Amino acid sequence: MLTIAGVGRRFPTGTEALRDASLCLNASDFIVLLGPSGCGKSTLLRLIAGLDQPDSGTLTWHAGHTPTPGDIGYVFQDATLLPWASTSENVFLPLRLRGVTRHQAQSDIGAALARVGLTGFENARPRQLSGGMRMRVSIARALVTRPRLLLMDEPFAALDEFTRHRLQADLLTLWRELGCTVVFVTHSIYEAAFLAQRVVLMTPRPGRIAKEMNSPLVPGPGKRLDPAYAQLVADISQAMEAALR
Amino acid sequence: MNNFLFRLAPSLFGVLALVTWEVIVRLLAVPVYIIPGPLAVLGAFARDPGGLLVSLASTLLVTFVALLVAAVLGGSMAVAMAASRLAQAAIQPWAVALQVTPLPAIAPLIIIWVGDPFTSLVVCATIVAFFPLFANAATGLASPPPELGDLFRLYGAGRWRTLVLLRLPAALPYFLSGLRISGGLALVGAVVAELVAGSGGFASGLAYRILEASFRLEMPRMFAALVLLALAGIAINYGLGAFGRMVLRRWGEA
Repeated sequence: MLTIAGVGRRFPTGTEALRDASLCLNASDFIVLLGPSGCGKSTLLRLIAGLDQPDSGTLTWHAGHTPTPGDIGYVFQDATLLPWASTSENVFLPLRLRGVTRHQAQSDIGAALARVGLTGFENARPRQLSGGMRMRVSIARALVTRPRLLLMDEPFAALDEFTRHRLQADLLTLWRELGCTVVFVTHSIYEAAFLAQRVVLMTPRPGRIAKEMNSPLVPGPGKRLDPAYAQLVADISQAMEAALR
Repeated sequence: MNNFLFRLAPSLFGVLALVTWEVIVRLLAVPVYIIPGPLAVLGAFARDPGGLLVSLASTLLVTFVALLVAAVLGGSMAVAMAASRLAQAAIQPWAVALQVTPLPAIAPLIIIWVGDPFTSLVVCATIVAFFPLFANAATGLASPPPELGDLFRLYGAGRWRTLVLLRLPAALPYFLSGLRISGGLALVGAVVAELVAGSGGFASGLAYRILEASFRLEMPRMFAALVLLALAGIAINYGLGAFGRMVLRRWGEA
């Protein structure tokens, strides 16, 4: 789908956010970018989204995968909903920006809300929803255009652990149903081990890709109880410690 | 009971203050040309309610026209600044200069230059009312988090759609807050301009009635005009506050 080769990014302030990052995204991958703060995870995500441009290296979309608006969905750490708009208006936003009428979008909005379990909350305003529900709206907004690539920048970091676990499980279900590629940023080793098919370890100052690890686990609701999950967490922790040394 | 007492408290306090005031001026036999009692002030109003109310209407007309002009100018200049960094660089220093210029210093010039008394009063009051509206609108237009701007870019929205669908709605609460502040300031601006114009012989508005009464040592009438001004200020503040809440309730934020 996308080949990232030797990408670097230095901000105008002089901070080198990313150096010589190379990564290959395949269709239907679930990749987790894992690393401490300041290791360039979010910068890499913004480069993939086209929201920022690299100073060096290349991002090459494979034939037939060059994205148009709507092909990439983005979920931020905060839900970043429009406070004056209802749940359905927020989910409608990406389609509205692409010129789709509300009437045409009705079934897509309903389907996206159903996928994240928010049917019945169409008219609620963001302030009437809990943090977890707001994040579900944000995910529905990213899914409404049926993206081929879903980019998620620490979307569950601000949520309580119970809500986070539920949303992680729901996200895996959605990913299996939709078959899109997911690139998920986190600094939680447990989250990375639970979600990823492939974990990309990153280290800071400057941000670099240190190692890629494939997950041997089969995605499923019982994954957290699988002894292999605990082993994967231990392996990732060891690899991270070695990379940061 | 508690709630009822809280609602009644401002009125009770007001009545108590007025009674104390009346008792003190009577006990100390304070001459009416120094401090008139509330009953004397009420009497002065009762002797010529029409004259004072017509003057109040004149001041309020200047206030509301100035507020409207300030809202249109402040809002549109803030939008221009949000749309173009060049416009921002060009406008911002002048807006600040306008804010720090003392109205009493420039009001005589404006009255001479503009000529028409009503227009010159409106110009003066607009200058005072302009800045909070402009500054609040500009702050509101810049208030959406950068992530939302990124989201609009990701879906291919241009500057115009981003302005209409994101920045303008985000600015609404800020603008309404600025409107409430500017409502009171427009009244102050109108009164200051009327005082300057009144001393030049232009007879209109409550400020002129205050000047006229002070020249004649008619303190009760002067106080009556002041009370009307204070009541008008309170009404403008509450009215614009209620208007803002009504709009924001429809907007979904209040």
